[in-house]
Amino acid sequence: MTHKSAAIIADKLTKLYGDLLAVDGISFQVDEGEIFGFLGPNGSGKTSTIRMLVGLSRPSGGRASVLGYDLPGESSQAKRYVGVVPDSSNLYDELSARENLLFMARLYGVPRKEQNSRVHRLLQDFGLYERRDDLFGTFSRGMKRALTIAAALVHEPRLLFLDEPTAGLDAAAARSLRRLISGLREKGMTVFLTTHYLTEADMLCDRIAILVQGRIVRIDTPEGLKHLIQDQSLIEFSFRGDVSALLADLQSRLEGGQAALLDSSRIRVYGGDPPRIFDAVFQSSRESGIGLESASTIRPSLEDAFLQITGLSPQVMAADKGSGKGSGVGR
Amino acid sequence: MAKVMGKVREKMMEKMMWQDQMRGVYHIAIKDMKTYYLKPPAISWGMVFPLAWTLAFYLRNPGDFAELVPGLLAMTIIFSTTAAEAVVINFELRLGTLERLLLTPLSMTSVLLGKVLGGFLFGLMMTAIVAAGAVIYLGLQPDFVGLALISLISLMVFSSMGALFSLSVREVFEAQTLLNLPRFLMVFLCGVVYPVSALPEGLQLFSRLLPLTYTVQGLKASFFQEQGAVLAWDLIILFLFLILFLLPAIRLLQRRFS
Repeated sequence: MTHKSAAIIADKLTKLYGDLLAVDGISFQVDEGEIFGFLGPNGSGKTSTIRMLVGLSRPSGGRASVLGYDLPGESSQAKRYVGVVPDSSNLYDELSARENLLFMARLYGVPRKEQNSRVHRLLQDFGLYERRDDLFGTFSRGMKRALTIAAALVHEPRLLFLDEPTAGLDAAAARSLRRLISGLREKGMTVFLTTHYLTEADMLCDRIAILVQGRIVRIDTPEGLKHLIQDQSLIEFSFRGDVSALLADLQSRLEGGQAALLDSSRIRVYGGDPPRIFDAVFQSSRESGIGLESASTIRPSLEDAFLQITGLSPQVMAADKGSGKGSGVGR
Repeated sequence: MAKVMGKVREKMMEKMMWQDQMRGVYHIAIKDMKTYYLKPPAISWGMVFPLAWTLAFYLRNPGDFAELVPGLLAMTIIFSTTAAEAVVINFELRLGTLERLLLTPLSMTSVLLGKVLGGFLFGLMMTAIVAAGAVIYLGLQPDFVGLALISLISLMVFSSMGALFSLSVREVFEAQTLLNLPRFLMVFLCGVVYPVSALPEGLQLFSRLLPLTYTVQGLKASFFQEQGAVLAWDLIILFLFLILFLLPAIRLLQRRFS
């Protein structure tokens, strides 16, 4: 047994798949009762880290413990107190919502007399009670996701791993799920949340680790991350045409500022001297013949902090797993 | 005193964990029965194929059909168990539900045993139907204990073999295709339709390396009340085959997920 107040401790945790270094010696600690966000673009090592922490794959190097149990040696003991929501909703299409939850309750050794009451309570909490006898295969994407989360809670875990819980959901379903996740914090559960939706992490997490190419580049509270760029100017320019090809030229004109493409017609500039930035953008717009539509200074968001810290474009983060759709965050 | 109490507690925990694991094996098998037994690949390869083949042999030669019963029963055992394994394992591999089972406190061995038990129970139902039909319709009087023993161990052997082959591929159709190689090889070389003694000497030796030979031999011993020693040897050899299939299957499952 290790630290009592730490739900997860990772120390130089490493994962190699052949020659590919998926997780590069990361170290962090998650305290009991907090919602800890693991933020990074697809392929940054989030799922590989979760797989090691839930005992599905062996670390190539380093050490980790979950709820005081050392991994991988004591993973079967740890699994009794851990719930996992994988990135896909993988319950049984041929079983009803109730049967799926009962099956999971039995595998986790929930006492027989408590099984039905827990299942019914979860179905009610997740708004699925009316559909309890319908087959999982007939559910909508949002309902499947909700039942998958319910299945991970049936044994009342102390720690919940949520891997991309709202990926591919429409705005309403994503909002509803985020409310449920917030509710878990009030019950004192520790939540380890991986997401590539910045606004979602901002709304839900007490602390956030930013992961890029298998390495943690920063761990802080959402406010702390935003504070990093609070003193810098942030100006957003909208153009009347596609400015993707202009970015390199514009960057060379900005002294001390950093330009990032938000979409094909919008550019955000971080830092630098505002009058000079305006001059550079106006000049670039005149020379290219692409008219400037608007310019505004903005308050830094977590997305801005993330872009500044990682140097990645928001499009890289917005790219959804599998579906290519957004989560509906902020929509 | 405290040390003794600690050891007692440890033993109780171990016993509880062992019971939890066995309960998990049972629940996985029951869930597989509900979920997968009526899937088309299980029906076509596990039910229709052995029943159709049995019927074809009966219609061709109803007079001498009793002699073929042990072989056809063996064929039912191998096809029903392996077809069910391909379904219970490969559907779950494809949908990611097998991974979900591995997230529970169950060990990989228990998860695999649950899957093997799923194939075993499917095979048991099919074998019981064919055996009961043969015994009642043809008026055969087998040694029921011997028949039960050889059938049960064979069902476990071929269910484990099915698990081993199914774990090496991803899709159900791939598993069924891959399994056809050992299934048909054994049907032709292990005395199901042609007696092993009628095969060339080299093939006779080769058939000794195949588990179905001992199933057919054991079933013949049970149906035609042959010497008990033959049956005992068949049971021992089949038990060795069970270990030979089960251990690599567990290793393969571990390798897939680590």
